[in-house]
Amino acid sequence: MQAIRDLFNSFFLIELLQGLRLTGRHLFTRKYTIEYPEERAPQSPRFRGLHALRRYPNGEERCIACKLCEAVCPALAITIESEPRADGTRRTTRYDIDLFKCIYCGFCEESCPVDSIVETRIYEYHFERRGENIIHKEELLALGDQYEQQLAKDRAADAPYR
Amino acid sequence: MPEFANLVWIVAKIVALVVPLFIAVAYMTYAERRVIGWIQWRKGPNRVGIYGLLQPIADAGKLLMKEVVIPQSANRFLFLLAPLFSIIPALAAWAVLPLGDGLVVADIDAGLLYVLAMTSMGVYGVIVAGWASNSKYALLGAMRAGAQVVSYEIAMGFALVGVLMAAGSLNMSEIIRAQQGPFWEWFWLPLLPLFIVYWVSGVAETNRLPFDVAEGESEIVAGFHVEYSGMAFAIFFLAEYANMILISGLATIMFLGGWYSPFHGVAYLGPIFDLVPGTIWFCLKAGFFLFGYFWFRGTFPRYRYDQIMRLGWKVLIPVTVVWLVVESVFILSGFGPWF
Repeated sequence: MQAIRDLFNSFFLIELLQGLRLTGRHLFTRKYTIEYPEERAPQSPRFRGLHALRRYPNGEERCIACKLCEAVCPALAITIESEPRADGTRRTTRYDIDLFKCIYCGFCEESCPVDSIVETRIYEYHFERRGENIIHKEELLALGDQYEQQLAKDRAADAPYR
Repeated sequence: MPEFANLVWIVAKIVALVVPLFIAVAYMTYAERRVIGWIQWRKGPNRVGIYGLLQPIADAGKLLMKEVVIPQSANRFLFLLAPLFSIIPALAAWAVLPLGDGLVVADIDAGLLYVLAMTSMGVYGVIVAGWASNSKYALLGAMRAGAQVVSYEIAMGFALVGVLMAAGSLNMSEIIRAQQGPFWEWFWLPLLPLFIVYWVSGVAETNRLPFDVAEGESEIVAGFHVEYSGMAFAIFFLAEYANMILISGLATIMFLGGWYSPFHGVAYLGPIFDLVPGTIWFCLKAGFFLFGYFWFRGTFPRYRYDQIMRLGWKVLIPVTVVWLVVESVFILSGFGPWF
């Protein structure tokens, strides 16, 4: 009996017609396309984009050159050199991130004891010359200054889940 | 001098046919991408020009600018000739297609035979391209295409024999005139199995999904046209789409009453529907089939090679043969309004 039913189904293209009906319905469903430059997908506060180095509200840079981020980085993208500053505190003299090596895993941010290195929501950036892929301490700090409000808000939003 | 005037007239007719055909091909690629996009919950191309309507022109421009790369070990002469083998039959077959009452380049008596001959010639382009490329993928694609087109040619031929029996003529215009009347008097109803067989083998004949093993981008890269680029590739593309429109037009002529409106000859409704020119009705019906092509492409996965062969030889051909017998009984008994 089953064999006869199968034969009937395949001979009269029943299953093919069911498939056509399904795709025919999909023709008229709402489209999920986001028209990118005009529309953007919503971002989570945990979004991991371009890096930044933050400062304390008094303007002092947070980074204490503990090099935990350098150690945890699975892609070996971070290079840090440090020296004591004039006031005797340990500070970085060099903080480079190779954005070609970086895999945006966020481990540096997780490992940072002072919430200094963070990943911002920026994902639209490009390089035009060789070497521009390596981002230095000054640029990272500038990014941190520029987006401090957003960064603080995102950290606060995520705090209850930590 | 009259010969010269005649020649000019013929060339003018050809231009009047081929230019809209090329435009139709260009916009079919656009329509296809939009329809498949909608099926997959996407929007499809909508960036170039309003609603993306300039997209096909941008694509054509890009292909024209591109270099035609000829592989070192390819047979240069045949490699460049193959696209022509592909496009010439695809365009030549259009000569006998009546787009409206009397709107035909060559109203010849053996029109149906001519069309069958021309559509079968198209496979030479594919085989020559596959061989001349000197690439294993291209050769595999060409072999597959050859076997497939030859197999489905038979089912298609039998299906058209049914039309021939019903219409009693090989002339395309005569075939349409034999279907004069509203849509239930066209040949699709009494010849329904042949109609479906014709349509399935038409899709297979043009190497479209779900029968595109000749191309099979997930297994043999792009089949017979792996090595082609730029304009040479564009010509294959053009031929494929021209063939799709041709098969749709043929289906319209054979089974859906060509230029007749769906209510032709019915009281009250008939005259209203007849106000629309026959050519428009022809294009609408052919457009329905073209939409079918896109719909199938968006729905069905590719058949395995042996499944295609089994479908062609063990299902479609027996169905047509049986229905030819049934149809003979119809004709002898003068069944319905059709015979």
